[in-house]
Amino acid sequence: MPSLPSLLAGCILGSLMLYALLGGADFGGGVWDLLARGPRADAQRRLIARAIGPVWETNHIWLIVAIVILFTGFPSAFAAISTALFVPMTLLLVGIVLRGAAFAFHAYHLHEEHGAGRWGMLFAGASLVTPVLLGVTIGALSSGRIPADPLTFTGDTASWLAPFPFSAGLLTLSAFSYLAAVYLIMETDDPDLRSDFRSRALWAAAAVALLSVFVPVIAASGAPDFYGAFTESDWFVSVVMFYATASLGAFVSLVLSADSLARICAAAQVVLILLGWGLAQFPFLARPVITFSSSASSPSTLRLLLLLLAAGAVFLFPAIFLLMRIFKREALSGRYRETP
Amino acid sequence: MTELLLARGQMAMLFAFHIIFAVAGMGMPVLMVAAEAAYRRTGKPVYQELAKRWARGTGVLFAVGAVSGTVLSFELGLLWPRFMEFSGGIIGLPFALEGFAFFAEAIFLGIYLYGWDKVSPRLHLLSGVAVAIGGILSGVFVVTANAWMNSPAGFALLDGKPVDISPLAAMFNPAWKTETAHMTLAAFAASGFAVAGIHAFMLLRDRENLFHRRALAIALWVGGVAAILLPVSGDFNARFVARHQPAKLAAMEGQFRTQRGAPLRIGGIPDVDSQTTRFAIEIPRALSLLAFHDPEAEVKGLSAFPRDEWPNPVPVHLAFQFMVASGATMSVLALLAALFAWGRREWLYHRRFLFAVAACAPLGILSVEAGWVVTELGRQPWVIHGVMRTADAVTTVGGLAIPFALFSLLYLVLGVSAVWLLRREVSASPAFPLDGGGGSEAG
Repeated sequence: MPSLPSLLAGCILGSLMLYALLGGADFGGGVWDLLARGPRADAQRRLIARAIGPVWETNHIWLIVAIVILFTGFPSAFAAISTALFVPMTLLLVGIVLRGAAFAFHAYHLHEEHGAGRWGMLFAGASLVTPVLLGVTIGALSSGRIPADPLTFTGDTASWLAPFPFSAGLLTLSAFSYLAAVYLIMETDDPDLRSDFRSRALWAAAAVALLSVFVPVIAASGAPDFYGAFTESDWFVSVVMFYATASLGAFVSLVLSADSLARICAAAQVVLILLGWGLAQFPFLARPVITFSSSASSPSTLRLLLLLLAAGAVFLFPAIFLLMRIFKREALSGRYRETP
Repeated sequence: MTELLLARGQMAMLFAFHIIFAVAGMGMPVLMVAAEAAYRRTGKPVYQELAKRWARGTGVLFAVGAVSGTVLSFELGLLWPRFMEFSGGIIGLPFALEGFAFFAEAIFLGIYLYGWDKVSPRLHLLSGVAVAIGGILSGVFVVTANAWMNSPAGFALLDGKPVDISPLAAMFNPAWKTETAHMTLAAFAASGFAVAGIHAFMLLRDRENLFHRRALAIALWVGGVAAILLPVSGDFNARFVARHQPAKLAAMEGQFRTQRGAPLRIGGIPDVDSQTTRFAIEIPRALSLLAFHDPEAEVKGLSAFPRDEWPNPVPVHLAFQFMVASGATMSVLALLAALFAWGRREWLYHRRFLFAVAACAPLGILSVEAGWVVTELGRQPWVIHGVMRTADAVTTVGGLAIPFALFSLLYLVLGVSAVWLLRREVSASPAFPLDGGGGSEAG
């Protein structure tokens, strides 16, 4: 039986995975809105807005779940992280606010002929910057420069300004864009739009593949402890093998227009990236000193929190399933009814 | 300004902004569901149009509330790391529950907003009910956490660290019932009166417009019932504060001296230097009577506390006076509306009454803001009453003026834009004839 802190660490990782798979793709959608080009640019933007509209707020909450588990289960770590990463987290919040509000205002205008432009631009721009800041924040947790105690913290708010966190930021951005492009293929039955997003997905797949090599290389010098834990672990080979298989599978399915399989492979890639990060980071919450067990709340709090998460999941997942069944049935099955 | 003041200023600004949208997230879904329920019962398109428009408004307000709420959950740690380090494990539970309530609100609002043609009428209406319940519960859970800051419970102190933690005892702290009841009612009153005021304003221009008449009636119902109950929950709160936070009560009432048979002060400006509250109308023994239900009861004055444990009575007293005055105004208006609805329905649409309702549109929101000034400034210098000082909770990061300015600018733009968007939603009145449910359906 794993300890209470490690179970909750697993819950945080699980929430982050769901946030990446669901909320991440909404940010990716904003990136493709920004990059919409060609004769179908408007159709692409409409498709993106339609795909995101009913679900983005629900998807966004996975991030809040992760934060709430963090500050309830590991309050001293939350205090130390918010102090050391004050700047990127503040900027991340600005990005989250701009993206969300701009999308809501933008969607509000969609039933009109014009007026959607300015909010659309802001939504798209914020969608580009926010994932980078999220990746920077997560990368900085691994780079081994988070002091243990916010009181001894001496005002260095710049530890995140290093190549490794930024490479993690770029990986996050490309992974989110990749997921979005792969998902968007099946959000429409228009063959031209499908092939637009298929080619975007292939470009993004290439970017993710490149960064998957590049980020560990930078980690070797930028996050040496993390890199050591990663490469010297006994699960290292299997995670990398699975990841390589999923990447290759996604690439081949995209080329062969096997969109459904591509979606599974792409999602598996993102899950494996986070799994690899999580395994290498564990038992540390923020390197070099803060571990999950050293920063954990009292066992009574942890037990109640776990109980609550389990109870919440029982009610939550059916509700999310309902939401998805109403709005994503066609996108999930790939079968569209005949339109007259 | 010191960094502490900047942190407090920023937190106050973030809260003041968020609370408007949070209140709308609690109250608007109730209005929207009431309109849809009326539509399902009567089949009159005017109610469907109303539900759709209120839902679109709810959508925009909820989105801004969701992101500004996210900001707050992070800022608790960014600005007050010591506070979160101490209390995260004690009071995180309601935040986790709030997360689930918020999930329900978001999921079912998605279904509600985008599912008019995709789900059955029954499921649609039920989704609206789920949004309303989720909204109310989110508010209740968050306010529970604030109630704990006013009446900390569920832990013991050992060398300045919390031990023997019981998250359930912390959650069900002494203040939770009174504070959440008062806030929930205030949210309904604020939403109801704001919406009623807007539609009353439109009716002043176009008295016969059925759309605005129906809207006014529903909004007055929701806001009015809450406004009539608010003095009751307010009384419970004040008596709670009198027992548990006597310094806060003294600041609220401008009471400097400890006194038996203390008078109730209406208006007035506390003067800290001379320790008197000037220009107030004093009702003898009324404060003792209200606070302790005994005209001879002793009310502690600020002078009973060390000088460094005083909240600043000037803003606390003034905000309290404002809150009570606007609450009373709304109650009177609500009673009048009830009287008209019972007796002479047409008087609800009388010019003078419409004018009064329109003029009172912002009162609910403003009194919510004032209420938060009372409870937050009234708790100072503590962030956790009697346990942790705000000054000890603040971050060591410097340069806080920059994020303060950044978020102020951002929220200014968002606030103005949201108002601008919603203004158009109201100003384009759909033309429903007075005498029937049919006719043209603007869409």
